[in-house]
Amino acid sequence: MNLTSLLPIAMQKETIKSSAQQDESVGAEVSVSADVAESPAGRPDYIKVCDFSFNYVPAVRVLHNITMEIPERQVTAFIGPSGCGKTTLLRNFNRMNDLIDGVSHEGKIYVNDQDIYDRNLEVISLRKRIGMVFQKSNPFPKSIYENVIYSLRVSGQKKKAILDETVERSLKSAALWEETKDRLHDSALGLSGGQMQRLCIARAIANRPEILLMDEPCSALDPIATAKIEELITELKENFTVVIVTHNMQQATRVSDRAAYFYLGKLVEMDDTTKLFSNPEQKETEDYISGRFG
Amino acid sequence: MSKFSQKIGGSKRERSAPGEPMVWFSGMWLAIGILMIVFLLSVIVVNGLGVFWPKAVVQVELTEASEAGWKQSQYFAGELHKTQVRRVGSADGEAIPEIQLFVGNRDVYGFGFKFIDEHDVLQRTFPKGILLVERMEYGDLIAFPVKLQLADGKVIEAGDQGFDEELQRAVQRASDRRHEITHLERGEIGRVNQKMERLKMRLKKTELKGGNVKQVAAETKLEQDELQERYEKMAAEAAGLRARQKEETFHYRLVTGEQGSLELGGVVCFYYPNQLSTWTKLGHFFSSIWGFLSEEPREANTEGGVFPALFGTFVMTLIMCILVVPIGVVAAIYLQEYAKQGLVVRLVRIAVNNLAGVPSIVYGVFGLGFFVYMMGGSIDSLFYPERLPTPTFGTGGLLWASLTMALMTVPVVIVSTEEALASVTRGMREASLAAGASKWQTIQHIVLPGGLPGIITGMILAMARGAGEVAPLMLVGVVKLAPTLPLDTIAPYMHLERKFMHLGFHIYDLGFQSPDSEAAKPMVFATTLLLIALVVVLNAAAIIVREKLRKKYSSGAF
Repeated sequence: MNLTSLLPIAMQKETIKSSAQQDESVGAEVSVSADVAESPAGRPDYIKVCDFSFNYVPAVRVLHNITMEIPERQVTAFIGPSGCGKTTLLRNFNRMNDLIDGVSHEGKIYVNDQDIYDRNLEVISLRKRIGMVFQKSNPFPKSIYENVIYSLRVSGQKKKAILDETVERSLKSAALWEETKDRLHDSALGLSGGQMQRLCIARAIANRPEILLMDEPCSALDPIATAKIEELITELKENFTVVIVTHNMQQATRVSDRAAYFYLGKLVEMDDTTKLFSNPEQKETEDYISGRFG
Repeated sequence: MSKFSQKIGGSKRERSAPGEPMVWFSGMWLAIGILMIVFLLSVIVVNGLGVFWPKAVVQVELTEASEAGWKQSQYFAGELHKTQVRRVGSADGEAIPEIQLFVGNRDVYGFGFKFIDEHDVLQRTFPKGILLVERMEYGDLIAFPVKLQLADGKVIEAGDQGFDEELQRAVQRASDRRHEITHLERGEIGRVNQKMERLKMRLKKTELKGGNVKQVAAETKLEQDELQERYEKMAAEAAGLRARQKEETFHYRLVTGEQGSLELGGVVCFYYPNQLSTWTKLGHFFSSIWGFLSEEPREANTEGGVFPALFGTFVMTLIMCILVVPIGVVAAIYLQEYAKQGLVVRLVRIAVNNLAGVPSIVYGVFGLGFFVYMMGGSIDSLFYPERLPTPTFGTGGLLWASLTMALMTVPVVIVSTEEALASVTRGMREASLAAGASKWQTIQHIVLPGGLPGIITGMILAMARGAGEVAPLMLVGVVKLAPTLPLDTIAPYMHLERKFMHLGFHIYDLGFQSPDSEAAKPMVFATTLLLIALVVVLNAAAIIVREKLRKKYSSGAF
């Protein structure tokens, strides 16, 4: 099977642009990914994690030899008890862990068949392709409008028509347009908690990333706001590959197509959500899901 | 206090154990601190503003036996300044009440203030017709008016109809002429002098370079002659005006009997202190405050206004801010955002913190050695060799003073900016980075705006320290009396090399360096009040800006 034919157009362009070194690494990818080009979910894989380990200083290993594939345009949920490394893995996808001093890793992560730790890859361009929503909503102390277009602003986009269009599209996608269209230039800090988190989602999808990473996006929200965001996630998977970290089992079953259970820095099991929750292969998974665990 | 404490508060020991008395103890010390500040401020405000309030002039008649009188006179008139008790010079430590009068007329008496024992006073009266004249020289005149001699030979006797109005008009004329003279001498003649100076410098430069001096001299001769002619013309005009200042005279009689006359050119203003209503007093109060703020000092700074000092302080503080804030903020950004946090950065931080504690005179000496002599000297030998040995930048001046102050206050700005930058949450930074912003873009769009209130706090602290500091300034450019302001209408308008006056130094100079400290006391209080007010105004402005920014950039409570 020709690998490139499966890639989204954007990625094909990237491949053409990429350097000789890049070609070399693509070659390497084919060898590791040829047998998993089509994942069990029936969709091409978008993120591939190959034997990935991660250490904090001083030599605290928090991820142990993770290997997994995350399919395109589906919602993948990471579940597991606190401190099991699911957030760390998520933050590795857009290399947010680079900000911490003294971290180290082994193994590889490919996003759209590109090694994200490739020395020639600019981390900024990677992050522009990956949106992220944080556990605690963190709108900037700017207007709603400026919040949404932040990623375009830092890319140097100045055309007002494009900015306006982006704000409307992103806020509509984040189901926030109706509530805020009359006060786009008011401070974002005047919004309610749920609205703020939806604004953060709008900000994360403003420059049409390929992947949306969500780190417990509903943990600080009430059930109504949570329901809205869950509905939103289901809609977003039409266009984005979504990875969500959650502590909420029900939420994982409601929104995700695939689910991965982590425990003590190891990937215990990963499967279709329905299968993982109804008929897990591992005893540990079953214990956790059924609440017999910790 | 809850039931809980009542329950356990059974015995004495248990009650004191939680440390409740500490509330009172710590509160008491706070109260003492606040009281001292309030007391200090109220002393300064009352004394500082009291200077401008016109006081009634009392005329005292002395007893026959008194030896306090002036020559043969039994009278004194003056503003009653204070009543006190003296023990010095009295037999067996008996308390003698005495009054202090400001009698003015320093040219006649040789003193301004007079102490008179209460028991020497036969009676006190408040003569309506007594006049207080503020003069350009010798301080105030307190006397009865006799007559007014006008330029056209007309003489108006005091008590004649229209005497006051005529006097007022004459004083106004003299004041207008005085402004004209200042304008001529400072402006026009100053410009001509500057042009002549430039021609001379050009000649000297040619000489230094070994050029054809004769040729340049011939070239500039014409221009020089023309300038000389203009100068002489204007000098003659100024001399004419000065002569006219002497034409009209005011004749008076002191309560001690002396007669005298005063050229109206030397009169600043006059009023009848015993005829003032509350409203006119209020008017006089505000007009003298305005005069204090807007006029130049006279009589070795003890009279007149403090405008050059006020202006010098303001400009110096402003230039210091312009220098210190960018340097401090950029340094703090490096330390906080870019530098790898480790031993070196810790040491740098400790060093910066300690710099804030270095005595200010050390900065003064450093400024003199490094800025004035080294940098200034180099600038002079490179750019102004023709003026040597007269230094241009190689002597204390506004620029070097501002730089020295900036150096002194930069640790304050660095420390508070670092704190401000650190207060921007990790969540904000991560959100920005995750959106594809570079590190600098994150700093520029998120961290700096978020830290701006804190940065302004640093600026406020720096301003407060810079505006109030005197010791280092004495070495690097502040003078007792600067002939010109650092800002004027002669190009290049801002003269950073000029020496300047400063309110803090003005206070020191007035209070402790003037020959008549009693006469200078009101000015010391008024200047102190003004310095405090200036610092308060500068800080208040910065605080208003900070609050506006804080509202704009405040992180939500979420």
